[in-house]
Amino acid sequence: MGLLSKKDSKLILDPLADNNPITIQVLGICSALAITAQLKASIVMSISVLFVMGVGNVVISLIRNIIPSKIRIIVQLTVVAALVIIVDLVLKAFAYELSKELSVFVGLIITNCIIMGRFEAFALGNGPWRSFLDGIGNAAGYGVILIIVGFFRELLGSGTLLGIKVLGDPIEKTGLYAIGYENNGFMLLSPMALIVVGLIIWVQRSRNKALIED
Amino acid sequence: MGLKSNLHNLKEKYKGKKMAPAFNALHTFLYLPNETTHGGTHIKAADDLKRTMNTVIMAMVPCLIFGMFNAGYQHYLALGTIEASQGFLGSTFWTLDNLIVGAWKILPLLAVSYGVGLLIEFIFAVIKGHEVEEGYLVTGMLVPLIVPVDLPLWMLAVAVAFGVVIGKEVFGGTGMNILNPALTIRAFLFFAYPTWMSGDKVWVHGAVERAGTADAISGETILGSYAQNQEIVYSFADMFYGLIPGSIGETSKLLIIFGALFLIFTKVGSWRIMLSTVIGALVMGLIFNGVVDAGIITSTSKFYGLMRVPFWQHLIIGSILFGAVYMATDPVTAAQTNKGKWIYGFLIGFISIMIRVFNPAYPEGVFLAILLMNVFAPTIDHYVVQGNVKRRLKRLKVKTA
Repeated sequence: MGLLSKKDSKLILDPLADNNPITIQVLGICSALAITAQLKASIVMSISVLFVMGVGNVVISLIRNIIPSKIRIIVQLTVVAALVIIVDLVLKAFAYELSKELSVFVGLIITNCIIMGRFEAFALGNGPWRSFLDGIGNAAGYGVILIIVGFFRELLGSGTLLGIKVLGDPIEKTGLYAIGYENNGFMLLSPMALIVVGLIIWVQRSRNKALIED
Repeated sequence: MGLKSNLHNLKEKYKGKKMAPAFNALHTFLYLPNETTHGGTHIKAADDLKRTMNTVIMAMVPCLIFGMFNAGYQHYLALGTIEASQGFLGSTFWTLDNLIVGAWKILPLLAVSYGVGLLIEFIFAVIKGHEVEEGYLVTGMLVPLIVPVDLPLWMLAVAVAFGVVIGKEVFGGTGMNILNPALTIRAFLFFAYPTWMSGDKVWVHGAVERAGTADAISGETILGSYAQNQEIVYSFADMFYGLIPGSIGETSKLLIIFGALFLIFTKVGSWRIMLSTVIGALVMGLIFNGVVDAGIITSTSKFYGLMRVPFWQHLIIGSILFGAVYMATDPVTAAQTNKGKWIYGFLIGFISIMIRVFNPAYPEGVFLAILLMNVFAPTIDHYVVQGNVKRRLKRLKVKTA
């Protein structure tokens, strides 16, 4: 990364793996469980959060010196709410089907603990550029996990990827279905998302023992 | 050179190497380990893990053999080629034809269950460098007993892999698991492939492939019939002896009771859990009967069919007895304290019947109830122990005061 200094690139790369908001800090689990049954929804959710966190972190960082600390949570909420409404309206305007699928979960980005967490922990004490990188990095870390989980849940649960029938047609019995394969209905239920996240955590920590806490 | 010395040589050769646990396990499984303890304290006891596990397996073998005959019997009965058997020793039940059909379907299930499960145990033992434990021997035997006879083998393989890894290995292997692995496997199958685990087609061999054709046959379980307010065609004797469709090993209440007596006699299974589960089921059944008698639930309700089942009949339909004897008593996942065992068992029975009656999507709630109580077992134990500590402290205070 020639563009960024070493310290800055760490801001983006750390949350992708060793300080991942979902698998290490265990934040933002609720939406990871709720909307990952389909890859498309996971991707849209990741992009939405990326936008909200990137812009939100910058806004908070810019006004950090004029926010009275007593009401900072309310100010933060207002900023997130405004950004989430933008995302919601954009989705409704340009991808109506998808916004129906995501239903309340776009609105619930407001309550995503990662966002408030980064505002509190980072944007309030750092400049706009660094805050921007931090926001992008954490949102990307969140998105990576969402997309991995969404990939497996859609592939094994519905036999499709982004709506394309990659494993054949279950009704006409083509492809894998011709030899008796069946979709795993458990994958579409939320508990399985938790288990998949758990498996990712397991793999990650057994590869990097430093992450294991007692 | 015999097999034993061959194995011993292999063991010596691989000592300290990565694959050592795998060879040690084979040796220990087949023969007495030729090692002695090195520490100072020695307790000589015959009831080691291997013996305990083998006892449970022996208690299940009658159910398995009966299951084979029953699978064939239900198959031919549904086809109409044989007459219904008169009683437990009926001439059309214990026939070679029945056994062949049953064995042809069930032995592969057994082989897949053991093959996949033990393979995973071996892999984990080699990676983690601990010895292979006997824990899977019982699970591998239980699994074929609690699935429908026509379950595709690959589904069983996937479920066993899931159950052993998620139900056991992630927690640290045998003795550390929170959930009963066999029930985890069944729960996985139930939620992943519901069309193969419930309904009126899966319980009789051949029903699925014939569905929709002119030769269609049906084998609704008794619980399924009750849930749909249908007439029950089986007599109480049939239910008790097990000449009914159902999961492979759970139909014969008679053999389960023999198994239970055997487990109690050898002190491997806890009679407290078995008894309290039965009591819990009866109490819930009585409550439902009372509700029906009081006229609160009338025949228009969808719960009416199952609620008016006489309370004692709940024990001979479905798999509550099998669950109570072989599943709930699993020493690792059950409550450990005596008082805790009573609470644990009672709630299993109570919740089983509640799920059975109230949730038409889950015609049998025993496995869900046991899994739920598995999760609560440590909590129950904690409060029992704390209660004991408090009472003793109080006694101490009275004495010293």
